[in-house]
Amino acid sequence: MRFALIGQPNCGKSTLFNQVAGYKAETGNFSGTTVTYTESKVRVAGEVVELVDLPGTYSLAGTNPAERETFHYLASHQVDVVINVIDATHLQQGLNLTLELAELNRPMILALNMMDEAAHLGLKIDGAKLRDVFSTPVLPLIASKGRGVRNVFLSALEIGKSQKIPMRPAYSLDIEEAIQSLVSSLNGREESLELEPLAIKLLEGDEILIAQVQQDVPGLSDRVLSIQQRLEQLHGQTPAWIISGERHRLAANLAHRVVEQGERSITWRDRLDNVLLHPLWGYVFLVIILLILFEAIYGLGSTLEEQLIGVFNVFNLRLTTLSGSNTLLIELFIGILQGIAGGVAIVLPYLLPFLIGLGFLEDVGYLPRVAFLMDALMHRIGLHGKAVVPFILGYGCNVPAVMSTRMLEERRERFLAAALATLVPCAARLAVVFGLVAFYLGPRLALGIYLFNLFVIALTGRILTKLMPEDTPGLILEIPVYRMPTLKNVLLKAWFRAREFIVEAWPILILGSAVLALLNYLQITSFFNILIRPITWILGLPEQVGIPLIFGILRKELSLIMLRQALGVTNFATALSPVQMVTFTVFVVFYIPCLATLAVLKRELGWREMILIALLTVLIAMLAALAARGIGMLVTAT
Amino acid sequence: MELISVGIGKWVRVVGIHGGKDLENKLRQLGLVPGDCARILRQAPLGGPFLIEVSGRSIAVGRRVASLIEVEDSECVSL
Repeated sequence: MRFALIGQPNCGKSTLFNQVAGYKAETGNFSGTTVTYTESKVRVAGEVVELVDLPGTYSLAGTNPAERETFHYLASHQVDVVINVIDATHLQQGLNLTLELAELNRPMILALNMMDEAAHLGLKIDGAKLRDVFSTPVLPLIASKGRGVRNVFLSALEIGKSQKIPMRPAYSLDIEEAIQSLVSSLNGREESLELEPLAIKLLEGDEILIAQVQQDVPGLSDRVLSIQQRLEQLHGQTPAWIISGERHRLAANLAHRVVEQGERSITWRDRLDNVLLHPLWGYVFLVIILLILFEAIYGLGSTLEEQLIGVFNVFNLRLTTLSGSNTLLIELFIGILQGIAGGVAIVLPYLLPFLIGLGFLEDVGYLPRVAFLMDALMHRIGLHGKAVVPFILGYGCNVPAVMSTRMLEERRERFLAAALATLVPCAARLAVVFGLVAFYLGPRLALGIYLFNLFVIALTGRILTKLMPEDTPGLILEIPVYRMPTLKNVLLKAWFRAREFIVEAWPILILGSAVLALLNYLQITSFFNILIRPITWILGLPEQVGIPLIFGILRKELSLIMLRQALGVTNFATALSPVQMVTFTVFVVFYIPCLATLAVLKRELGWREMILIALLTVLIAMLAALAARGIGMLVTAT
Repeated sequence: MELISVGIGKWVRVVGIHGGKDLENKLRQLGLVPGDCARILRQAPLGGPFLIEVSGRSIAVGRRVASLIEVEDSECVSL
């Protein structure tokens, strides 16, 4: 038997799935984070049931991929029971989808989730009345606390065995006539969908479906068109609009009948937005919250990294002394070890805490609020509020930053956000800024580099926006109520995202490391110095920095580590002038994102875009470093 | 009149959306449909987006979106 979980975004559907299935789906407060469906086997009263978590969708109209996928799945797969999860605090909204699902003639149960929150809001919901309207079980649920989960599945099992079909509330007379008229022209046709639901979808003008059915029933599309036109003449609106308008009214009436608004207890959530979305305090708290996040991650990360790298270094040293000579095998092995160490040094100390922190902010519902606060600023660089997330993430690691551009709808926005996010100095680049500029020239200059970086990003954004004008009307985003996230969900989501890094980017890091070790062994790395010479010459840097810059593509902090070796000094001040230090650091901050980031760019956007962004960053790095050199020379001259 | 010109806190009725089918669909999905009552809860500074309440939800919409939502001043109270 197969159960399908269907509900609107943020209804807690994936939370329910995670309660029973474990580690496969991810849940979130950003509308529609579950982009593909996830399946799992679940044991219900001794029976094994297939449970599928379909993407959160507001309707089955097919206007976006989530809707299309959900409808397609229901139409083509054998689903025995539809478990419709509804956010009880937004019953009217949820019933829109329920009405649409009831039309599919599939056994269905309703799970009213977040009953605890509804109670807080003083909402009393008459489940029995709702059950009578749809003639299907209605069950209370608090998925986040695991309450009611068992009953939902037991009830689904029962309905699955009896194959009881829910009732569909009737439309107005014209529409019902049109549906019946279409049903008669479809008669005799074998379909995975039954005729009436099929007729409704055809009437709504589902083009893919019309084309499919047209193959079996010649003349169908003309017939659909003539019925549609007649209705349009009668009502002045397309049937799709009449139908969804009627559903909307039905849902409103129904909600009115079953929900009673009692005394609403004013909770901390009502007051929280007065502060967190305040025109002044909202931004103060935004800065504080982000600072705390970065402090925690950087503090935790750098301690962990030191320990981990220490272990690897000891290992390295042992290996070289043990072998005595530098054979190819040993060099390769050390290269691979370096790659593994790189991954460990990025993932465990920085990426994981970062993803956990981000998942927490996301599930609490704070991230959409950041988007709200930052929308005006983001528009100046051609993006809207949602794109603020990649930027925040970028300061930790560019890899999750690029991955997070997925939540943006338009391709143009994804490209722009990814390109700009790779310019954000990640934790590894922070190490270079601190190790070189802050250490030798003072923290104020390091801060200056960060401000300069923001300026360059803003400027780049403006220029790119001129080249690729914005064509969407702007931000449309649901701001969900604050919720206390569960540790399980936050950890699962962090793991889910970290896994993408481990699978996609890490192997490339290891491979690249091995290749560089090979080149090192063959003693052709000095070739890099010649290759990079045009750049180092223009920037007034010593020829030897070529190798550190190339190695920096592997892992940005290697630029600093290798620099010591390349220059043959322990104190950088003896080999580099202050202007050279600043120029070098500015170049490192901007040029080509690290190999792991490149790998993710390729996957998220494609080869062409990856190369384009890499070239763009080199160009920006050149210009920015030249500017830094120019300013530095002016300052030192006076 | 447009939603953008309505003050904060005042309930109005949505009568139309003038931004093409895509915009209408997107707003419909979040529960904003002609005929509904809506009000502006707050606005982000510096010409930022509006936070509006409709069908019991809060939605953030940019200024341009808000200027495309036509509303009328009529008897409108929420649930």
